[in-house]
Amino acid sequence: MAQPLDYLKETASQTAGPYVHIGLIPKQAGFDIFENNFTNIMASENTRGEKIIIEGRVIDGTGTPLRDALLEIWQANSDGRYNHELDRQKTGDIDKEFRGWGRTGTDFDTSVYRFETIKPGAVSGRNNRDMAPHVNFWIVARGINIGLNTRMYFADEIDANANDPVLNLIEQEERRKTLIASRDDTGLVPIYRFDIVLQGESETVFFDI
Amino acid sequence: MEFYQRDRTLQPAGYAPIYKTSVARSPRQSLLSLQGSLSETTGPVFGQNELGPLDHDLIRNYAMDGDPIGERIIVHGRVLDENNRPVPHTLVEFWQANAGGRYRHKKDTYLAPIDPNFGGCGRALTDENGYYFFRTIKPGPYPWRNYVNSWRPAHIHFSVFGSGFAQRLITQMYFEGDPLIKECPIVHVIPDEHAINRLIAPIDLNGSVPLDTLAYKFDIVLRGRRSTLFENRLEGN
Ligand SMILES: [Fe+2]
Repeated sequence: MAQPLDYLKETASQTAGPYVHIGLIPKQAGFDIFENNFTNIMASENTRGEKIIIEGRVIDGTGTPLRDALLEIWQANSDGRYNHELDRQKTGDIDKEFRGWGRTGTDFDTSVYRFETIKPGAVSGRNNRDMAPHVNFWIVARGINIGLNTRMYFADEIDANANDPVLNLIEQEERRKTLIASRDDTGLVPIYRFDIVLQGESETVFFDI
Repeated sequence: MEFYQRDRTLQPAGYAPIYKTSVARSPRQSLLSLQGSLSETTGPVFGQNELGPLDHDLIRNYAMDGDPIGERIIVHGRVLDENNRPVPHTLVEFWQANAGGRYRHKKDTYLAPIDPNFGGCGRALTDENGYYFFRTIKPGPYPWRNYVNSWRPAHIHFSVFGSGFAQRLITQMYFEGDPLIKECPIVHVIPDEHAINRLIAPIDLNGSVPLDTLAYKFDIVLRGRRSTLFENRLEGN
C-alpha cells in the first residue's frame, strides 16, 4: 500500500431546482427581501466600452424554451481584462465601473433572458495566444444536475473568431456556429442574440472546464 | 493557476433517467474538455458591503410580526478546496422551503401554507478561514412530480462561487437521519455513495446554543488550484 493522498474531494453538484429564484434572484420568485440585489445590469453610465444587450433562450431537447433557467455570465472589460487579481496581463486596465459578472433568469412568460453589458476585448489565452472576445456562460435549472459551461462569441469578430484557440478545438466546424451570437443593429443599443440549445440537432457546445 | 480536473466519477451525469426532468435537459454530445485560461481561473469578487446585516439570519430577515414557525437551527461550516485550504471571502447563498415544506415562490402551489414571517433565502461571505454560518428554521420535506409519490428529503440549497468561474457550484445540504434521503432520485443521480454522504450535515451539539438553537455542520469543498511547477504559463506575463 502506498501513502494515501490527502486531497479532499469536490462536493457533488445538485440541481438548482425549480425555485432557484428564491435564493439567487428573489424578485423573480415574487418577493423583495435584500437591500442589494444581483442583477443582469452589468454596465453603469461610466463603464468603458460599447454598450450591448445579450438576449436569448435556453431550449430543451424537445425544442421547448425553459422558463425556469438561471444564467450567469463572466466576462472581461473592453480592454480584455478580468476584474480579478489573477489577471496579470500587461496590457489594458481594470475598469472600476465593471465587475464583469451578471445573473438573470429566463422570463416566466417569454422564456427570454437578457443582459445589459459591454462588449469585451480580446483576452490573452494559453501560450500567449489571443482569444477572440467572448462571454463565459454558466447555466443551471431544474433538470440540470451540474451547471453547464459554454462561451458566447461575437458574429462581427470574423478574423478573431477564425483564430480563436477554443473555437478551433471544436472538431466539427458546423458546431462552432453554436457559440456565435448574431448582431442586431436596428435598435438604439446593439443586441446580440444567443440561444443555448441543451440537446438535439443544433446542440450548443458545452465545455468541461 | 488552473484547477484540478473535475472528478466526474463523483459528480452526477447530466442525463439521469431516474430524475425525469433531466432527460430532455441534458446534452447528448460530450462536453469539450478545455484547459484553463483566464476565462475559467478568474471569477467575480464580492464584498461585505454588498450584503445587509440580516442577510445571514433567515429567522429575522423576513419577519413581519414574529419569528417563523419551526425548529430553530444554525448551519455552519467551512468552504475549502481540494488542497484542504480555506476559500476566504467567497459568497455563499442559500434558499429553502419553510417548516411545512412550502417555498415562497410564485410557482410553488403545494398546499402547505406560506409562513408570513419566513422568506427562505440568505447569503454570507466566508471569513479569512473560509468559515460561514447562518441561522434559519429547519425546512420540511415536500412532494414533487417525478414518480407519483416522490418526496424530497428536507434540504437547503447552496450556491458557492470560489475564486474562479470554474469552481462555481450549486448543491443541496441534507440532514442527518432523514429517512427520505435514501428514497430520493435527485440525491441518487450522484453515482458515489461517499459523495452522497458528504452532502448530509451531521447534527453538531457543540455548535448549538443551549436552550435556544440546534446546529448542523456542513463543509463544502470546491476544486483545488494547481501550482505551476514545470510548465508554460497560462497567460502573457
Ligand atoms: Fe428544494
